[in-house]
Amino acid sequence: MKKDETIERHTISVLVDNEAGVLARVIGLFSGRGYNIESLTVAEVDQAEHTSRITVVTSGTPMVIEQIKAQLDRLVPVHRVMDLTVEAKAVEREMALVKVAGTGEKRVEALRLSDAFRARVIDTTHSSFIFEVTGAPDKIDAFIGLMRPLGLVDVSRTGVVAIARGPEAM
Amino acid sequence: MAAQELTGAEIVIKALVDQGVDTIFGYPGGAVLPIYDALFQQNKIRHILVRHEQGAVHAAEGYARSTGKPGVVLVTSGPGATNAVTGLTDALMDSIPIVCLTGQVATHLIGSDAFQEADTVGITRHCTKHNWLVKSAPELARVMHEAFYVATHGRPGPVVIDIPKDVQFEKAEYAVSPHITHRTYRPRMKGDIDKIREAVDLIANAKKPMFYTGGGVINSGTVASQLLREFVRLTGYPITSTLMGLGAYPASDKQWLGMLGMHGTYEANNAMHDCDVLINIGARFDDRVTGRLDAFSPHSKKIHVDIDASSINKNVRVDVGIIGDCAHVLEDMLRIWKSKARRPDKAALADWWKQIEIWRDRKSLSYKTNDEVIKPQQAIQRLYELTKGREVYVTTEVGQHQMWAAQHFHFDEPNRWMTSGGLGTMGYGMPAAIGAQIAHPDALVVDIAGEASILMNMQELSTAVQFMLPVKIFILNNEYMGMVRQWQQLLHEGRYSHSYSDSLPDFVKLAEAYGATGIRAEKPSELDAAIKKMIETPGPVMFDCRVDQLENCYPMIPSGAAHNEMILGDDPDGASVSEEGKMLV
Repeated sequence: MKKDETIERHTISVLVDNEAGVLARVIGLFSGRGYNIESLTVAEVDQAEHTSRITVVTSGTPMVIEQIKAQLDRLVPVHRVMDLTVEAKAVEREMALVKVAGTGEKRVEALRLSDAFRARVIDTTHSSFIFEVTGAPDKIDAFIGLMRPLGLVDVSRTGVVAIARGPEAM
Repeated sequence: MAAQELTGAEIVIKALVDQGVDTIFGYPGGAVLPIYDALFQQNKIRHILVRHEQGAVHAAEGYARSTGKPGVVLVTSGPGATNAVTGLTDALMDSIPIVCLTGQVATHLIGSDAFQEADTVGITRHCTKHNWLVKSAPELARVMHEAFYVATHGRPGPVVIDIPKDVQFEKAEYAVSPHITHRTYRPRMKGDIDKIREAVDLIANAKKPMFYTGGGVINSGTVASQLLREFVRLTGYPITSTLMGLGAYPASDKQWLGMLGMHGTYEANNAMHDCDVLINIGARFDDRVTGRLDAFSPHSKKIHVDIDASSINKNVRVDVGIIGDCAHVLEDMLRIWKSKARRPDKAALADWWKQIEIWRDRKSLSYKTNDEVIKPQQAIQRLYELTKGREVYVTTEVGQHQMWAAQHFHFDEPNRWMTSGGLGTMGYGMPAAIGAQIAHPDALVVDIAGEASILMNMQELSTAVQFMLPVKIFILNNEYMGMVRQWQQLLHEGRYSHSYSDSLPDFVKLAEAYGATGIRAEKPSELDAAIKKMIETPGPVMFDCRVDQLENCYPMIPSGAAHNEMILGDDPDGASVSEEGKMLV
């Protein structure tokens, strides 16, 4: 019996009741069964209905991904599980705050590169900048990579949020 | 619905009564005093006082598995709740519906490390199907009814409702119906009809078919067992079952091959391996059954009927997965089978049965007896013979005795067999027997135990005496933790590290100290008379049955082996287990 062994990266969007402990339950599911969380974001999306959306980026073999979705789906407070990598064309975005410290050439180069990424400067001193950069995760990765030799100090990332294209609700 | 102002404690009682509960198992404490006060002032609900909160949960499990109704537990905060964790985990693994009410310190004290405070919801989050912390009395009734719904719908399981003490005193309206429509949790009951048709086609065209059934058939209800029997008899196909599914199909029937798995029969395991169509109804391809996964039933097309979608394709890749309740799916299967007037391939089936008979002739469950020492299998066989024809409920502890009970005690009805399968909790059997006896006061309830296991929840004998429950504790006393010793013999060259039951009590004297009856049998010639005396004694009995100390449980699929690579007896050369096999439990 051959199993497909390639590790795939999936973005899963989970609509849940905004109840105390729901996030702990979802995270506990991943850690308890040894599934991988690359990034996770959560926020309330509908105040009237008291629902939140958890967007998880996870990786595993196709059989493991199916298991993760089935395990999430059977949690009591879960409304809907959607695999945005498979079920719909989706857009993904992430935001990062990046602190770069330096003077002279490196400082100038950092500012020039930030233009190319359409990053905004949200804080500045004579020896540092804080950039706000938004985009697909690999764009963020690239930006941070370029800042590393230019005096990268700190990074704070939100993790991926995603939404399906087109007019239908997820 | 008339709205009434009740205290939180009264709301709890009323909600239980509205849910049809008549019995709860519990132990009082500071954080649940208001509920205990309300209990004292009513007589609709009977409270069974246990001696350890773990016993309360196992008793509720025995009650639930023997009736099909949810078991209800009431314990206090802190250590009361943490003592219940093992029982809750056991219920989760075996899919038993349990509603566990835990007291909690007052809401303004939560998080302050108060006396007998524990983060019950945090601790039980991952050993329950769902749990709630009720922060105010107005939401209590709704939560109670939602809890019962969640525990009993879909794949059954344990739930915890944590109720702070001030909420138990707070007054609120009780204006909710016990019948709720849940916003998010709506499990699927009816299977996809196209998949069912595909499955029926596979079943009809099979040349070497095999039914593999499990606890899901029992959980679905007695109708599922009846439909299963009808379908299996109509097809004429062989059937086996997991430990948890025993009794769904009558063991006395000729199509029954015995239990399969690590200590299953030779014919059941070989038939599973060689079959070409494997029909899984309500089982989960547990590792005790499959053995090495890459050698599991390699030539078969697999059909899997399960109410839990996450169970399908979890361990074993199947060809037709049907999400739904066993009874509903079996009903559809039968309807389609009959409407198409399907008839299986008679010649192929006859050949298949011929092969199965050759395997059966191996008599893999046979054992040698002598006049000097009682063999454990013999004890169970005599127990079975002498209790035939009665309404008998059997619980077990965990270990060799559990496997021998599954092999040699034959069940023709569902809900008669209660054992800890998934978690394998020693100490399960005695409280579970108490729960079953409460539910069936006139039946014969026997806990088949080992001497090591029975000490784990020995205190519950007091409960049996208090409530005059005539449970029979049938101890197969070999002075070892038998299953551990067997593995140490197999894997660790006979180094019996801490598996000897040292300093055992005199079980007969112990029983008498508790106010029960003690009986002992040491020789095969004493066995029958002693068993008869046990059955005829009114009141609880502890039976100390001295058995062969070094008897091993066979057949056995050693860990890491394929499920048709069974050891059938003590091998003089010593069986070998692979390096990977050693890592497995």
